Amino acid sequence: MSLELTLTTTPTVPLEADVISPARLTGLSAAAAAKLTVVHGNVRADLGEFFKIKGTGNGEVHVTGDLSRIKMIGAGMTEGRLIVHGSVGMHLGARMAGGEIRVEGNAGDWVGPEMTNGLIVINGNAGHLVGSALRGDAAGMQGGEIVVLGNAGNEVGSGMRRGLIAIGGNTGDFTGVGMLAGTVVVLGQLGWRTGASMKRGTIVSMHPVEMLPTFTHACRYRPVFLRLYLARLRRLGLPVTPDQLDGEYHRWCGDALELNRGEVLLLDTGETAAPH
Amino acid sequence: MRLHDTDIVDTFAEAFAMWGARVLITAETAEWAMAAAQSMTGFATSVIGCKCEAGIEAVLLEDATPDHRPGVSVLLFSMNAEGVGKRLVERVGQCVMTCPSTACYNGLSAAEQVTVGGQLRYFGDKHQIAKLLEGRRMWRVPVMDGEFLVDDQFGIQPAVGGGNILILGRDERATLAAAAAAAAAMRGIPGTILPFPGGVVRSGSKPASRYKFLHASTNDAYCPTLRAVSSETQLPDGVGSVLEIVIDGLDLAGVESAMRRGMQAAAEAGAVQITAGNYGGGLGQYQIRLHPLLEGAAV
Repeated sequence: MSLELTLTTTPTVPLEADVISPARLTGLSAAAAAKLTVVHGNVRADLGEFFKIKGTGNGEVHVTGDLSRIKMIGAGMTEGRLIVHGSVGMHLGARMAGGEIRVEGNAGDWVGPEMTNGLIVINGNAGHLVGSALRGDAAGMQGGEIVVLGNAGNEVGSGMRRGLIAIGGNTGDFTGVGMLAGTVVVLGQLGWRTGASMKRGTIVSMHPVEMLPTFTHACRYRPVFLRLYLARLRRLGLPVTPDQLDGEYHRWCGDALELNRGEVLLLDTGETAAPH
Repeated sequence: MRLHDTDIVDTFAEAFAMWGARVLITAETAEWAMAAAQSMTGFATSVIGCKCEAGIEAVLLEDATPDHRPGVSVLLFSMNAEGVGKRLVERVGQCVMTCPSTACYNGLSAAEQVTVGGQLRYFGDKHQIAKLLEGRRMWRVPVMDGEFLVDDQFGIQPAVGGGNILILGRDERATLAAAAAAAAAMRGIPGTILPFPGGVVRSGSKPASRYKFLHASTNDAYCPTLRAVSSETQLPDGVGSVLEIVIDGLDLAGVESAMRRGMQAAAEAGAVQITAGNYGGGLGQYQIRLHPLLEGAAV
């Protein structure tokens, strides 16, 4: 039987609850899980003060309620499944190394920062800095997959080194800023300054965007590798169309202020003429 | 044993332990995928002279390929794991990467792997790009029509080579018809290929020669023109032509299945006798007896 947590007391200030993770809860009874320590503001508390808990930890955890003030859920997770029936707060799956997190609602800022493996799926929207580096750290996401079916905020994939981030809707500004490698796919619109200071890596969008002057148009072509990525995203629930799968993409290379080895691939929608 | 009017000799095919790989080639059209596959499997009839044996396993529809484009599945065999790796690098590099619009993927889930894309990437002259998706590392090598996409690693596994049947007919035309029918029936068995032209070989060999510099020479026991001069002749009266079908497979069951189908089709097509090539059992690791394969089918 899986472990089921239902929010009974909404925290008045952010609650850090990295114990809500299959790795921490597996094998625990409901009573034992209730005694795990969380941090409410700057005060230590028991998990059971905020959640009604039933079942036994068997690798799958269900959490129900509006968890938008609860941070660090699934942080450091290495295995198992975590399903959130509601919305979650910041730092979901921070430094996650394995397993799967599914959120039926929205997620706050910093989804999957510096994660190295595993899968995070957000059915709603996500905040800023999806898959990014934590402030002061050199590299962001280093593996795994993050899928947001809705929109995401600014700096998606900031400092990303490896892995896949897919956004079904739009993203804010600075998507892929400082990217080192990896892949960001945005089915909707990109904000401003896409790929600023990226060294390597791939940013894909299905809509035209004004590129920074430090990016140069290379060609229009059908990147075969992208078919594999889009097929994967379709399996993960994103509405990838045949036109996107079979379409031609404009390849922009940049950022020339850095290594100039990154790329932005923009689906040729016919809305704008080719740059050359 | 008789199958229809065909005499099935109580003997065995002597097959060998090999190593095999499956290569999935895709392209913009089925024609270009086939062009690459045919090029890759050319000059790959026998390890004796070609260093590997290769053939087309199947034509793949879009929904059966990693990138959802038309494709062809190719099997390649060699005598050891290192040999498979070397031949893959050579043939994928020279025959698939060179062919317009193609991509090349590993088609085997196997514990043992050889590096293919990881070698070919150097052609990209430091412009190549690595991608990692679902644990699969791929290389994007820039080429003049866009990019060549190739898997970094290809799985290899122990395999069976040299399964065979010898089809004896009354004359060249009748034997060719029986062999063609057999080859058609044997194609399409998953995990197997017929590496010779059209699946059929006429220059069967024995592992010896009267020349010191040669390790194999014509199988005089089955050459009709040598019936009167060879003391080794195995040709019964009324046989004027012999053709052989060689089968390589990723496992023994596939090779046996192909041999069974081939014998049944050749018998239905009027073969006089069906036998198999062996070396007395002293060379190969597998002895595939003909009669047990046909139990229940023979009369």
